[in-house]
Amino acid sequence: MGFLEQVYRDAVLEHARSPRNRGALDPYTVRQEGINPSCGDELVLYVRLDDGLVGDARFDGHGCAISQASASMMTQAIKGLSVDEAEALIGHFKAMIHGKGVDPSLGDLQVLEGISKLHARVKCATLPWVALDAALDAAAAGTAEAPQVDVDAVDDPAPG
Amino acid sequence: MAITAERRDDLPILRRRVHGAPLVYLDSAASAQKPERVLEAVDGFYRQHYANVHRGAHTLSAEATDAYEAARTRVARFINAPDERSVVFVRNATEGINLVAHAWGRRAIGPGDEIVVTVAEHHANLVPWHLLAAERGAVIRGVPLGRDQRVDLDALRDAMSPRTKLVATFHVSNVLGVLNPVAEIARIAHEAGALLLVDGAQAVPHLPVDVQALGADMYAFSGHKVGAPSGIGALWVREELLATWPPFMGGGEMIRTVALDRSTYADIPMRFEAGTPAIAEAVGLHAALDYLDEVGLQDIWDHDRALARYAIERLRGVDGVTLYGPEGDDRGGIVTFNLDGVHPHDVASALDVRGVAIRAGHHCAQPLMGALGVRSTARASFWIHTTTAEIDLLADALGEVRTFFAGVA
Repeated sequence: MGFLEQVYRDAVLEHARSPRNRGALDPYTVRQEGINPSCGDELVLYVRLDDGLVGDARFDGHGCAISQASASMMTQAIKGLSVDEAEALIGHFKAMIHGKGVDPSLGDLQVLEGISKLHARVKCATLPWVALDAALDAAAAGTAEAPQVDVDAVDDPAPG
Repeated sequence: MAITAERRDDLPILRRRVHGAPLVYLDSAASAQKPERVLEAVDGFYRQHYANVHRGAHTLSAEATDAYEAARTRVARFINAPDERSVVFVRNATEGINLVAHAWGRRAIGPGDEIVVTVAEHHANLVPWHLLAAERGAVIRGVPLGRDQRVDLDALRDAMSPRTKLVATFHVSNVLGVLNPVAEIARIAHEAGALLLVDGAQAVPHLPVDVQALGADMYAFSGHKVGAPSGIGALWVREELLATWPPFMGGGEMIRTVALDRSTYADIPMRFEAGTPAIAEAVGLHAALDYLDEVGLQDIWDHDRALARYAIERLRGVDGVTLYGPEGDDRGGIVTFNLDGVHPHDVASALDVRGVAIRAGHHCAQPLMGALGVRSTARASFWIHTTTAEIDLLADALGEVRTFFAGVA
């Protein structure tokens, strides 16, 4: 498998071609915008919480194959998770994409691991997850229309 | 094109490989690679002459000061400034423009005054004016592109008013590659009683620049784009203007005398250079400008233009490529494009794994992206070392990239 094929695995391209859960969600618990200032790409994430579980999640916006595939797979993966489980998954995803190991709970999301080798694109993959993190915080605070979150500001990999 | 083959050896980084492939560096508009001569000049300066400048009482300090001031004289000669006193060392073109906004703008611009820019400016020539306008209650007027993707000079004339204090525009566009008719813009600005600031970041590395012939009042450029180290750049301001401006930053080196509660300031240009400057970087800038003169600025411009023509022709032959920017003899080696159905960042990554470095994104020109009806683009940019074989490689790779991503987006 060539380097490009390790980054853009077939499953990643398939999600980019046919993103799941694309489009607005109504009603929602939180509507969260995320932006990647380096490319101007924007993502709008809608999350509905039902009794502490992620009842539904959808996304909209413009982005590259990596951000679209990441958002598509993320919205699939988090449905039915508790808020705590979703937050743990965010941590595992960020760890994987920053090259700090792959937690088995990531399941299908492991096809995105190759992006960790392409440093210039890591933030494309994390944009939906940064938005999800902010959305869950907003939900906890009772905010439905969350302020835009900037992937540059929050996605600095942890030291070490 | 005669300069290509013999000049590639001048840039040592071209010997490295990226992802196992020879580096094809098509991102000179973002930053230029460094000629061996510049690296040697900086290294030699640190090994033999380094000390702080302007205040020393010893041999090394005198040598460092001489080298630093020789670099200033070199910059003045390079852009045909009448006097090196009117050349201020800054970190980059961005800092030069911010210096103008602070030292000139905060006194000269009042509520209701107008600053005219074009839609194709780099953010470095927009955001300082946004900050100034917000502070002083001024108004920003934007000039659109004409149908040929050049600045619409009739619209520029229409944008001028008795309240116009400044026209701020680019010399060469970092996205469209086009050379702005600066001398004509200077006439329009001056007829309206406005000053003209020129962002020369994409011009100084590529063509002969004569600030007097252009009729500019202020001209800024970055050293890192001419092959010098990052952290050094220059702002030229007509001397009679600069002499009236107050300091931009306070500190050592920019003063005449300091008491506990007040100070008097040095003459120009030192008034604008608070603190220890980028000394070795200025020495590197000197070497880079010597190098460009040796290669020949007119030859570089001819080379860039020939490569742009070649790239436009080759990319036009690739299915799904949309090109931005005008054709013609007034455009340099910057070719901006999109590949249908593929996000520019995916294009850039797919090229990167082949060793080909391009830029993707909004190129710090979001208003222009809006005017072009896109969110982002890919950009290939050329310099002394670029060959037609590298452009062939780019064009051939784009065909494969489109196939790889077929159906995405």
